[in-house]
Amino acid sequence: MNTFAELIIVVVILLDMALAVTGSLSGCIRLVAVQGVVAGLLPLLAGGGAAHGARALVFPVAIVTLKGVVFPWLLLRARDRSGARKDVEPLISYPASILLCLGAFIASSWLGSRLPLPETNVAWIVPASLATIFTGFLLITTRTKAITQVLGYLVIENGIYIFGLALFVEQPMLVELAILLDVFVAVFVMGIAIFHISREFDHIDTAELSELSDWRRGEYGK
Amino acid sequence: MEIIKPFSQYLAAMLLAPLLPGIINRVKAFFGGRRGQPALQLYFDLYKLSRKTPVYSRTATWVFRAGPVTGVCALVTALLVLPFAGRPSFLAFEGDFIFLLYLLGLARFATVLAALDTGSAFEGMGASREVQFAVFAEPAFFIGLAALARVGGQTSLSGMFGALTPETWRVAAPVLALLTAAFFIVLLAENSRVPADDPNTHLELTMIHEVMVLDHSGPDLAYILYGAALKLWLFAALIASMVLPRRTGSWAGDSALFLLAVLGVAVAVGVVESVLARLRLTKVPYLLITAFAFSALALIFQVGR
Amino acid sequence: MPFCLRGRPGAPARAGTYAAVAASLAGLSAALPVLLSGEPVSVSFPWSVPLGSFSLVLDPLAALFLVPLFLLTGLGAVYGAGYLKAYEGRKDPALPWAAFNLLTAAMLLVFTAVNAVLFLLGWELMAAASFLLVLFEHEKEQARKAGFIYLAAGGAGALLLMAMFALLGAGAPSMDFASFTPPAGGAASAAFLLALAGFGLKAGFIPLHVWLPEAHPAAPSHVSAVMSGVMIKTGVYGLIRVLAFLRPWPEWWGWLLLGLGLVSCLGGALFALAQHELKRVLAYSSIENVGIILLALGLGVVAAACGADRLASLAFAGALLHVFNHALFKGLLFMGAGAVLHAAGTGELEALGGLSKRMPASAALFLAGSAAACALPPLNGFAGEFLVYIGAFRALNAPGPVAIAGAAAGLALATAGALAAAAFARAYGVAFLGEPRTERAAGAHAPGGLMAGPMWILAVLCLGSGLLAPLLLGPLAFAVGAGFGPYYGFLWGLEAMTPFLYVSAGGFALLGIIAMAAAKRRAFLGGREPAVAGTWDCGYAAPSARMQYGASSFAQPLTDFFQPLLRKIGRYPVISEYFPAKASFSSEAQAVFYNSVYMPAAARLRDLAFRFSWLQHGRLQIYILYIVVTLIGLLLWKL
Repeated sequence: MNTFAELIIVVVILLDMALAVTGSLSGCIRLVAVQGVVAGLLPLLAGGGAAHGARALVFPVAIVTLKGVVFPWLLLRARDRSGARKDVEPLISYPASILLCLGAFIASSWLGSRLPLPETNVAWIVPASLATIFTGFLLITTRTKAITQVLGYLVIENGIYIFGLALFVEQPMLVELAILLDVFVAVFVMGIAIFHISREFDHIDTAELSELSDWRRGEYGK
Repeated sequence: MEIIKPFSQYLAAMLLAPLLPGIINRVKAFFGGRRGQPALQLYFDLYKLSRKTPVYSRTATWVFRAGPVTGVCALVTALLVLPFAGRPSFLAFEGDFIFLLYLLGLARFATVLAALDTGSAFEGMGASREVQFAVFAEPAFFIGLAALARVGGQTSLSGMFGALTPETWRVAAPVLALLTAAFFIVLLAENSRVPADDPNTHLELTMIHEVMVLDHSGPDLAYILYGAALKLWLFAALIASMVLPRRTGSWAGDSALFLLAVLGVAVAVGVVESVLARLRLTKVPYLLITAFAFSALALIFQVGR
Repeated sequence: MPFCLRGRPGAPARAGTYAAVAASLAGLSAALPVLLSGEPVSVSFPWSVPLGSFSLVLDPLAALFLVPLFLLTGLGAVYGAGYLKAYEGRKDPALPWAAFNLLTAAMLLVFTAVNAVLFLLGWELMAAASFLLVLFEHEKEQARKAGFIYLAAGGAGALLLMAMFALLGAGAPSMDFASFTPPAGGAASAAFLLALAGFGLKAGFIPLHVWLPEAHPAAPSHVSAVMSGVMIKTGVYGLIRVLAFLRPWPEWWGWLLLGLGLVSCLGGALFALAQHELKRVLAYSSIENVGIILLALGLGVVAAACGADRLASLAFAGALLHVFNHALFKGLLFMGAGAVLHAAGTGELEALGGLSKRMPASAALFLAGSAAACALPPLNGFAGEFLVYIGAFRALNAPGPVAIAGAAAGLALATAGALAAAAFARAYGVAFLGEPRTERAAGAHAPGGLMAGPMWILAVLCLGSGLLAPLLLGPLAFAVGAGFGPYYGFLWGLEAMTPFLYVSAGGFALLGIIAMAAAKRRAFLGGREPAVAGTWDCGYAAPSARMQYGASSFAQPLTDFFQPLLRKIGRYPVISEYFPAKASFSSEAQAVFYNSVYMPAAARLRDLAFRFSWLQHGRLQIYILYIVVTLIGLLLWKL
């Protein structure tokens, strides 16, 4: 079972790298959905395959449904309604993205060995989670669309979730519920917000959105 | 007795290498709904070419004649260190994969110089693209071999592949899976297969390896085609040894399984060639950097183990 | 001596050559026995300079550096006799020959001195002599600029070295190396950094390399061979001596060396790919090779700091072997470039082409040098890098941070090797192969025996050092022992012999197989004569020499990919009419460090200095007032 969990961690890291380089928006959304599902399935395996009660099963099922079905549907709908272009519009090139992702993983491994954390039976959980968090930040800082900001936030949440799994033997339900509600509200609100923003301004490009204030260079009074 | 086994392994590699391009072509034909060339076509081609008289350009010097000879000889020498079914060939020593890597570099150097010797724009173009791909493929291949060295704690090719058993797959599955993917991508790039290069294209401006050897004819072309087959065998043998590590104790059984695996790799290449489209030239470095990322991940996993 | 014979025509050149060759032979006969036996030899003379003593020690490490020195200067003198014949009547040969011999003598002093004053004397003499030689063609502005940058770098390096010697010798009775006491803690790190910067300005690793691509191409080719082959190694030599003195080493020193080596080897190879002048390509390749040497040194220091001493000695041996091999093939390459300059009058790659038909022997020898520089078996470049690779792989299998160092070193070597192969295939292919691109290249002639002879000898040595590399391992062990401490010399001795024997066997097998394949090919032809026609080129009917792939086009896929690092400037034509008659395009890779780092820093420094220009007003009275004020101040201070 341990090897299987390790394999899942490797899949998570590969998904990070794929996210760093995907060029299409729908691809990005689907990858984040898959990553959420995979992360949601992780507690079922890391527990060592022991018998799960119905209570312990409800949670992963809820997470999988939310991250695998509801969020992608919301985001795809927001993308269609806003009429955004299919392209992700990255600010840095493909090689730079993938090498940054790799560097983030190396840095996470180093960090993971330095942080004073309890021993886990799955070896790579801490570096994988930190790497996922870094990938989320990469998505937020190097992509120009508003939807990718949401996706980056979701990826960070995936990373935090996996990190939490490393620390807790069983999942404290309250913490998980709180995080989940947080994410749900964020995505819901962002989905609506994006729809309205694009309706007002005809686009969701953050580069142009950053000039929303009254002051415009050389166009005072217009 | 020590000389018979390596000798027969070596002979098998030399004789069976031209079969691989034939198998790839048959698989592609199958996907295309055609019957296709016979699988033994390359043998007939080599025979035909060796009996022809070459034509040399006025611009070319001895470098043009020496290029194919040097290239194929570098590859034949590389076979001396290549393990067969996890068992060593004639030469097996610490760091022999460096020797292999640089022999491949020698073959490439010779081919590139022979291409530049013709004074033609097409061949220069192919040579320039070829060296660009090499800059990205070599680190990926090298780091992959480093990770493999660390898996078994060995530093020679036969040691590395000899130490692989089905047990290794159970313990270090992610590392080996990543390495297989990385080596497969490097195979596709180094042997000019789709998606790095299309061996069946007829447009010179889109060729890479094909166009470098445009002016060769006769025995020189035979050497080049044979060398290409040997290179394919080399990479296929490495992947086959990794995917199907030796499980039976006997030499005959392992060798038979190994040969089947090599043919299986050829079939896989054929399938990939039929299913994927060729990448834009500027995207091939990205593919190779992805292979490098896979190898680097494998190495990090292995070092952290 | 040549200077005195200036009056008689022809004599200075001959005197210079004979003196150089005689000195080299004498030197070789002294250095080789020390290297082969491992016993140091020392000699001492009385000298009246304060703090100085004229004592020289020839230990195996110095001998390892001296053998290439004498080889290259002896062969270079013979080569130069042929090369400088073209300048007869235009330039006075006395000064270059005097400077050349002075350079050799100064380098000998540097390698064997055991006294700081003597060492610095040799160092400055070396810088002065090579400066004179860099300004050989001083009528060209490029050469003057090169000389100035070279002088500035040399001066800065000497200053840093003086500071380092002051630090090391503080409190010691004399400036003999034997009487220095190793400093501890922070002082040791300060000394190391000063040594790294001071010797680095001579060794030429990035970022202290800006003078190398200017100075080495400007000097005459035999001098460039000596400069690239031996003079930059004086920096490496000094660094090794300081390292040996400052044991034990903190780990971060090794990581610093490794990092610098990595940047130099990758950057050097990349920049070499972007150059369009033959000697500049070779200069950047020297930077790359110095990077490889530093990489090996860094790997060794990290290994030693982590307790893996056997590994450390392997890495150090790799560094030293590469020093030796690089001298051989770089000397050969520069001599070949000199032959090109001599024949075609220019080193611009885009103006050359087809030289292989016009100077076949030189082309073949340059090819041998290029193959050695790309570390292709069976030549000597491969043997040197192979030793470093073995060190890197053993490090990889060791526990701890050494594995990371090993992986980084191996990766850097592999990538730099691929880049260097691209750079040399490009340089050789564009210059020697194909059709000549200009009239000058078409009219090239083969160089005479004086120039070709040394190249043949060096090429044979390159092949020999590659095939017979196991024979070099014994002297190498002595050198490692002398350089880093006897502990390291013993540790690896015969252990590394086995892979090298196999590599030699593989090299012989390769040559044998090539011979067999060539014979088979002749058998295939069966006595038929191959036909000769124009290049088929897929049936193109009217090819011209300008249509060939040139230097910048060959490198374009790679230089475009690395554009953020190379910062190429392209000048594009503005095409406005429908049938444009003529247009021109040019692209040039900048000297990135020079333009983006040093020039702005120099500009800022100059602005700062201008603030104080009010001190220099030219009035005699006020200058005398300065003296009086200083005198009064000193008197007040002392009383």
